[in-house]
Amino acid sequence: MAISIKKYSRRESIRKMVGSGGLFAIGGIAWAGYADGATHVDLVLRPPGALDEPDFQKACIKCGICVEVCPYDTLSLAKSNSNIPIGTPYFLPRDIPCYMCTDIPCTVECPTDALDESLLSMAKENGTTVLDINKSKMGIAVLNAETCLAYWGIRCDACYRACPLIGEAITLELSRNERTGKHAMLKPKINNEVCTGCGMCEHACITEETSIYVLPVGEVKGKVNNQYIKGWEEGDEARIDTTKVYRDTQTNDQSTLDYLNDTESLLEDE
Amino acid sequence: MNESRRSFIKKSALASAATAIGMTLPGSLLASDIRKRESFEGWRWDKSVCRFCGTGCGIMVATKNDKIVAVKGDLAAPVNRGLNCIKGYFNAKIMYGEDRLKQPLLRVDETGEFSKTGKFKPVSWQRAFDEMEKYMRKSLKELGPTGIAVFGSGQYTIMEGYAMAKLMKAGFRSNNLDPNARHCMASAVAGFIQTFGIDEPAGNYDDIEVADTIILWGANMAEMHPILWSRITDRKLSNPDEVKIFNLTTFTNRSSDLSDIEIIFKPHTDLAIMNYIARKICYEVEDAIDWDFVNKYTVFATGPVDIGYGMRKPGHPGFTDLERETVKRETSKIISKDEAVTLGYLGYKEGDTMEMKNRGSAGKHWKITYEEFKKGLEPYTLDYVAELSKGDIEEDIETYKVKLEILASNYISKARKVTSFWTMGFNQHTRGTWVNEQAYMIHLLLGKQAQPGNGAFSLTGQPSACGTAREVGTFSHRLPADMVVANPKHRKRSEELWNVPQGTVNPKVGSHITKIMRDIEDGKITFAWVNVCNPFMSTANANHWIRAARKMDNFIVTSDGYPGVSAKVSDLILPVAMIYEKWGAYGNAERRSQHWRQQVTPVGDAMPDTWQYVEIAKRFTIRDVWGAQKIPGLEGGLPDVLPAARNMGYSPDDTLYDVLFANEKAKSFVWPDPVGEGFQNTEAEGDKRTIIGSDGEEWKGYGFFIQKYLWEEYREFGLNHMHDLAPFDRYHEARGLKWPYVNGKETQWRFNSLYDPYAKAETSTGFAFYGPALKALPSGTLQGINNKEKTGLKNKAKIFFRPYMDPPELPDKDYPFLLCTGRVLEHWHTGTMTMRVPELYRAVPQALCYMNPKDAEKQGFKDGDYIWIESRRGKVKTHIETRGRNSMPQGSVFVPFFDEKVLINKVCLDATCPISKEEDFKKCSVKIYKV
Repeated sequence: MAISIKKYSRRESIRKMVGSGGLFAIGGIAWAGYADGATHVDLVLRPPGALDEPDFQKACIKCGICVEVCPYDTLSLAKSNSNIPIGTPYFLPRDIPCYMCTDIPCTVECPTDALDESLLSMAKENGTTVLDINKSKMGIAVLNAETCLAYWGIRCDACYRACPLIGEAITLELSRNERTGKHAMLKPKINNEVCTGCGMCEHACITEETSIYVLPVGEVKGKVNNQYIKGWEEGDEARIDTTKVYRDTQTNDQSTLDYLNDTESLLEDE
Repeated sequence: MNESRRSFIKKSALASAATAIGMTLPGSLLASDIRKRESFEGWRWDKSVCRFCGTGCGIMVATKNDKIVAVKGDLAAPVNRGLNCIKGYFNAKIMYGEDRLKQPLLRVDETGEFSKTGKFKPVSWQRAFDEMEKYMRKSLKELGPTGIAVFGSGQYTIMEGYAMAKLMKAGFRSNNLDPNARHCMASAVAGFIQTFGIDEPAGNYDDIEVADTIILWGANMAEMHPILWSRITDRKLSNPDEVKIFNLTTFTNRSSDLSDIEIIFKPHTDLAIMNYIARKICYEVEDAIDWDFVNKYTVFATGPVDIGYGMRKPGHPGFTDLERETVKRETSKIISKDEAVTLGYLGYKEGDTMEMKNRGSAGKHWKITYEEFKKGLEPYTLDYVAELSKGDIEEDIETYKVKLEILASNYISKARKVTSFWTMGFNQHTRGTWVNEQAYMIHLLLGKQAQPGNGAFSLTGQPSACGTAREVGTFSHRLPADMVVANPKHRKRSEELWNVPQGTVNPKVGSHITKIMRDIEDGKITFAWVNVCNPFMSTANANHWIRAARKMDNFIVTSDGYPGVSAKVSDLILPVAMIYEKWGAYGNAERRSQHWRQQVTPVGDAMPDTWQYVEIAKRFTIRDVWGAQKIPGLEGGLPDVLPAARNMGYSPDDTLYDVLFANEKAKSFVWPDPVGEGFQNTEAEGDKRTIIGSDGEEWKGYGFFIQKYLWEEYREFGLNHMHDLAPFDRYHEARGLKWPYVNGKETQWRFNSLYDPYAKAETSTGFAFYGPALKALPSGTLQGINNKEKTGLKNKAKIFFRPYMDPPELPDKDYPFLLCTGRVLEHWHTGTMTMRVPELYRAVPQALCYMNPKDAEKQGFKDGDYIWIESRRGKVKTHIETRGRNSMPQGSVFVPFFDEKVLINKVCLDATCPISKEEDFKKCSVKIYKV
């Protein structure tokens, strides 16, 4: 969590540089030292349907059409000195989130495949495809439970109610408030699989600095091992990549023998 | 009874044991010396109350250098134990919005003279009161006491409401004082008075921790009562398999999250669902009736159905032809297929015309037998009611029927304690009084009322809808402590306590809030003063009223903290001190009165509301207002009471201030007072700002403790009259006290002799529904009265039979959608405060139109499309939303009313419950099309 916050503050720096001339000089200097060697572009949120970052950068011709067609002015084009490749589209959900247009004009109008419609398409039974904005993966929301008011017991859940996939991308975990003895906590929980990274939650969060924020998908690390299945959750097997199960592990018989035969080392101290 | 009490005590003991684990309540927190705990960097902490909803959470306010620096939930407050919702979280911030009103503002022309078409310019307090006085005098001269009106509030502090009620009723002799609370819980009040003879709930919030089944009827508590919802959630978590939650609603909302069963019903058919449950009890499981309870403590009753819908008659010149398409039903309606079934007992058949003969006597009712009552319920079979009421066409009817059956069996089960909660879904309803009464019908039949965990519990929306609007009686028909202007004994008692001559109080009921608007439009009211509310935004059919305020020859004054729609349509705006800038008290939905001290000096030149009411009283002598007065509809008018006043020692030149607010009794409440040690009191002693007051002189205070005087005098109304409140100082030691407060003790459950001293005085065991109002009834059959002789029903409650009827406006081919309005958690009412908190604004910046995705697809809308919502009365623009917090069934849309830019009340219909006069904001027909 601490790492996530640090990374977020870097993205905040980007925002301040883009958003405010006054802060630009200071932010720019700070960034110049900091950015060296940092994979800063990894922290940028791209429009829905964007290819993986390296491919996106190659495919994007910086035409600005996606920015033009966005009805909410969500998207901006990176300016020089912003440390985002100049002219590429990005958005800052705390300012304007992605409102998840069902007709996804930014992606549909993209003249190259930098924003790839096929990533956001769903096959229908009759063989045609339809757009499905819910398949987008602009990022994943991360929550700071220390500053989230719901985790204090305050009745907030503003992010939950703002979520276009309410009850799916964000659910409320209910627990008893042992301190008061008669209230409950309604704590927001993000479902990484469903979260599209639209940032409506980040926009809605009512703490002074947002306590829930979107990071690019690759930045939300963590993956559980393949070999353990939650016995208490029906169907958890579905999570397992069956092409990579235990039995495929290569064994090395020689090293086993070498180990067993090396009794000398056990006696070395004597 | 004893057993259930034992089990309750056991449960409370367990609860407090569990609580003890994590909770420390040091003595200093409970004692009055909290304020002495100078702690963090010189912060001063003092207890107060949240500004927002009717839950009544306690908060602590920290001040430093005369500014509020922080708030926290009050750990010692029984309601919330240190918690808040996000509106409460911003209590410290609401007073410091950028556009806070700081000076009186008057519409003036270029020469500086008042002009109805002028622009707002700052003026002095003296000038503001000069203009107010001038136009009040003009209205009084031309039209008498009914020519002036005050829009009151459920957000008045108790003392403010009392001061205004006294000024209007004892001073100006006008009953045209009615609160925005009329829009919020008048149907609940009428339901209480008709059923129990006394207002307000029997139970309290501790019911939540004891109930086995909690049933929400038209109450999205997850958003509207956030802290109570967290208590209900905890109750569910305490025993997830046993505790059952039901959400009866017209669309899926956040309260459905926790619910075991969600019942989506067609708007207005709650009337039929109630009768289905009653029918099941009376026809299928008659043993479930608690006959001992029913026979001892209740009678059966019913009333007329041809009562209209609280609209004006269709011939009114103010209506357009389009409006008349709906308004014509006010005087007669064609019986629908559904009504032919439910009103069959009156001989109506489909296609018949019902003439609304009882428009003027909607509240009339009479005693009937159980057999008659049962006959009325006959049509409400499961099949019929399921067909009529199922609100989601996509839901399978058999599933829906099963849900209704489970609902009924939860009520009926003798093993289960059941608490029913409701708010605006019931109250804002053209048959709102009926449906409130039906809730009691079920609970009374089953003997599940006025006991821990068992009861029908009407929640309230505003922080002092109970404490001020209802208890003080800032309604057009009420006096303090449940008394009414129409009752000569009540007037006499009020006049005695107010020390004014007999005959002063006007016996003719004044205009309710919607009628004040209508009277302004009709030129019958030419001076109106808006207090602590925003009626030009919150009253249905707003186009009429906004136009009337701006275009008619009248003078509208708004006292407010922030500029809103009402201020905008006014002629004079008075800046007010906001909550913690004045002494005050609120009363919440569980009869808990809570006080606070003035924490800081008001901003700018803003002054407390009470000061404004008292200052205007200085401008009128009793000679001006206590002579004979003409009152339309009151034969002989009001008598000249000046001779009697002289006999009481008053001089005709005494001002209303002298008589009502600065009398000898008032002056006996000296300031400074130990309870206020270390705190300021702008009204009593002025403050550091040296405001130039209403007389052009520096404001130095009244010199006495006016708030304490108002409290103590008000308190006399309720003492030994079932509404006992504690002495002023006591509230500064406690975390609120639930009335009746008798012999140093609060009352937990009213009407129950185990808890309520008033019930105990009537009966040593069991119950006494001792409310005194409407306790003598003629008797008859379902069809009408057949024996006019009235019989008394001392200590009894009434079980009403009320039928299903259609709402006055149903969707049709021109206006195919049904519009429901309401609130969101993030914003308070019309948003004048919360829309100024940047965080809350950003969280929900705009009121959206929630629609079913299939409807949107059919209309060719996609999410975010800009659309018009248009009714026969008006239209507004907003965006379509098919996702998010509310899921609509096909055919219905929801739009919250907090957003001035989406002034949805321009669209709504100003039909009311004809008994309670509360508007129905939940049902009107609209068409929706792209901008």
